Amino acid sequence: MARDNLLTFTDKGIFCPEGGFYIDPWRPVDRALITHGHSDHARPGHNRYLSTDKAAPVIRARLGDITIDTIPYGETRAIGGVNVTFHPAGHVPGSAQIAVERGGEVWVVSGDYKVENDGLSEAFAPVPCHTFISECTFGLPLFRWQPQAAITADITDWWAKNRAEGRISIISAYSLGKAQRLMAMLGHQGPILTHGAVTHMTDILRDQGYNLPPTIHVTPDITHKTHPGALVVAPGSALGTPWAKRFGDAAEATASGWMALRGIRRRRGATTGFALSDHADWPGLNQAIRATGAERVFVTHGYTAPFRRWLSEQGYDAGIIETAYHGDDAQDPDFMLPEIPPGGAGGGQPPVATET
Amino acid sequence: MKRFAELFAALDTTTSTAARTKALAEYFRTAPEADRVWTVALLSGRRPKRVVNATELRNWAAEAAGLPLWLFEESYNVAGDLAETIALLLPPATTDADPTLDQALRQLIQLAGQPEPIRKQATLAAWAQLQGDARLLYTKLITGGFRMGVAQGLMTRALAQATGVEETTLAHRLMGDWKPETTGFHALIEGDGQQGARPYPFALASPLEAEPETLGPVTDWLAEWKWDGIRGQIIARPGAFAVWSRGEDLITDRFPEFAALADFLPPGTVIDGEILAWDGVAPLPFAALQTRITRKTVSKAQMAKAPAHILAYDLLEDAGEDIRQQPLAHRRARLATILAQIPPSLPLSLSPQITAQDWPELTAERAKARDKQAEGLMLKRLSSPYHQGRKRGDWWKWKLDPYAVDAVMLYAQAGHGRRANLYTDYTFAVRDGNDLVPFTKAYSGLTDAEFNQITAWVNRNTLERFGPVRRVKPELVFEIGFEGIQASPRHKSGLALRFPRMLRWRQDKALDQIDTLESLRALLAGTKP
Ligand SMILES: [Zn+2]
Ligand SMILES: [Zn+2]
Repeated sequence: MARDNLLTFTDKGIFCPEGGFYIDPWRPVDRALITHGHSDHARPGHNRYLSTDKAAPVIRARLGDITIDTIPYGETRAIGGVNVTFHPAGHVPGSAQIAVERGGEVWVVSGDYKVENDGLSEAFAPVPCHTFISECTFGLPLFRWQPQAAITADITDWWAKNRAEGRISIISAYSLGKAQRLMAMLGHQGPILTHGAVTHMTDILRDQGYNLPPTIHVTPDITHKTHPGALVVAPGSALGTPWAKRFGDAAEATASGWMALRGIRRRRGATTGFALSDHADWPGLNQAIRATGAERVFVTHGYTAPFRRWLSEQGYDAGIIETAYHGDDAQDPDFMLPEIPPGGAGGGQPPVATET
Repeated sequence: MKRFAELFAALDTTTSTAARTKALAEYFRTAPEADRVWTVALLSGRRPKRVVNATELRNWAAEAAGLPLWLFEESYNVAGDLAETIALLLPPATTDADPTLDQALRQLIQLAGQPEPIRKQATLAAWAQLQGDARLLYTKLITGGFRMGVAQGLMTRALAQATGVEETTLAHRLMGDWKPETTGFHALIEGDGQQGARPYPFALASPLEAEPETLGPVTDWLAEWKWDGIRGQIIARPGAFAVWSRGEDLITDRFPEFAALADFLPPGTVIDGEILAWDGVAPLPFAALQTRITRKTVSKAQMAKAPAHILAYDLLEDAGEDIRQQPLAHRRARLATILAQIPPSLPLSLSPQITAQDWPELTAERAKARDKQAEGLMLKRLSSPYHQGRKRGDWWKWKLDPYAVDAVMLYAQAGHGRRANLYTDYTFAVRDGNDLVPFTKAYSGLTDAEFNQITAWVNRNTLERFGPVRRVKPELVFEIGFEGIQASPRHKSGLALRFPRMLRWRQDKALDQIDTLESLRALLAGTKP
């Protein structure tokens, strides 16, 4: 244990000195291992990429002309002086946790993950390790997801009610992952129409062999008249645009873990919210960490300060990795939350400011 | 509680007035009658008193959820709402009981004054049997902080639709100090024939945004100062004397000097006016009145320092007759006659009418409002009835433009609730020599898009964190509007603003273009002490 840390945290991202590679780096590097295709993880500009064979088509489609090598889940590859293995993260189709091993010591970088098997993404598998680097987007006990079947029932009821009123239902969801999960949950119930951004990702995944129900790409001639009562899946940015107007007086909903909070649902303008997330909830994070058997945990992406304190009170050697780059261009809708600084967790006294 | 929770959810997921009215009317037709009475009471601000304080709630909830208190607080910081935090943190309900709203509230009221172990046990038991929104609402009711975001007008309209009773009649019947514990639904809706000390719904004005010339001839209008006090209604009926605030609070006891009016006003008189702190001939600044309203009981010294006075705007009831449908010109003439007959030493007089030949002359008068301790002018159509609530067209508030200064953001804090994930609460500074002196906070006036943009900026430009507050690079300049300014030794800057808000984000301005403390002091010197 007198040796250097297997992974270090630099201003470009997580770095493995002995392997000479970065994991999900946010600035251009020579060699990047990518957990999945979301744009806050797969960034342009690296010389060489390595991802799972399942994630590669999306990464290629998004980043264009890149040099990318692929690896199946569970296969070990030696890079420099370390061994690297990709394991399913259950976040979106193709997403991975990355395990790095040297002389029996294992570190795992979780990437984004969720514990519940959604039936579409390769199911999350805990990887025994000594040090676990975990995301904690929803690292507060406020967040406890309903089982997917219950959310499916809620969305089904909402859709049926709108259909009975002769209205289209538009559900906003991120175009990679959440959109296809919704299709898999609801596709047997009736026609699902897709916005171009969703169609693009769906076609790629379907070509890879993911089992997705048939969907209809929204072309200019498609309206609420041609497909009354249909469900439309579109990215959040498409709501309220001329594109969405074609569907007349449609009912709108958002599918995101943030919808668990009433305040955030209301900020979305009084539409319906379904707390459907591709990230682990509080019980999920705790369960996943326990399952690794790790003694040391670093947390990143989310409520890092309280989550670290909670883990250290549970007896873990816990630390925080600051993500220097979680800026305004993060497109994963589950990252619309800026890191809210800890209130009571030893953050010092508020400044003396004027009262109102 | 489930039926009530469904109503809450229906109201919460739509902003359409028609849909909200429909949901409420449906509830008023189908919910148990006792629950309807409670719902009317809750939606008209008749909340049960708090039986558990926030500290107790936090401790009990954290314990029941098996979480350390600090983690409870972290969660609360994010959710921004104590009841929601509790509803989310507690383990799922163990039973599926469904007490009615009436049962839940009667049980709740009985907890008042009970020792902690009893209140705690009852609260934990209720939490353990309520699910989701029902648990959230119950918790809001225990804290005394229940709000449903339904305007009283909308509630009254829905109730009128459900019962067939005319809306204005209903609005009047719902006013006053009836108690949901002892009032039946039919008695509430049909009235008891007794007026008692019941006030009328207040008529409200809309802000005048167009040029005054668009209102037609100036002679069609009654102009008077828009006083900066407490809008109130004085009820003098046989055997009943009361002063109500616009928020439907009974404030008779806070202003003992008005008691004498009961002996001099003719029986069956209801007057709408403004309660002000008074120096003998003119109003004192609002800060003086504030010393009177923050306490339930008032001391001799406070009464001497800030004697209260009412400037009367309107007469609603004359010799026991409801005259609200008569034209304003008539009501005002009757008001003047009544006031002329009471002793001038009483703390009640007519709010003076401002006369002018034309709009330019009236505009010039309006410019003197601040000298008069007024916020601007009120314009009321002389032929108009006394409307219930806000009806555009007959009553306008024609306020002076707000004061404005350019200031730089020093600190940012995340908002609560609706804006829990955005930095929306800012502290602003002006320049004092080489220093930046914080002088006010503001948290409204920008669009969500601007808040989004600023949140991203704050994340990149944080210099220091203090709990939930971030000190940021002094770079972003905002125009801060406010209605008044007063000296305040409690504040570092030595002054305090009234109604500060962000007028706009001045992306065109830099730090060296902000206003100075000196310029604020000059504004302060320009207002009467
Ligand atoms: Zn992701
Ligand atoms: Zn991510």
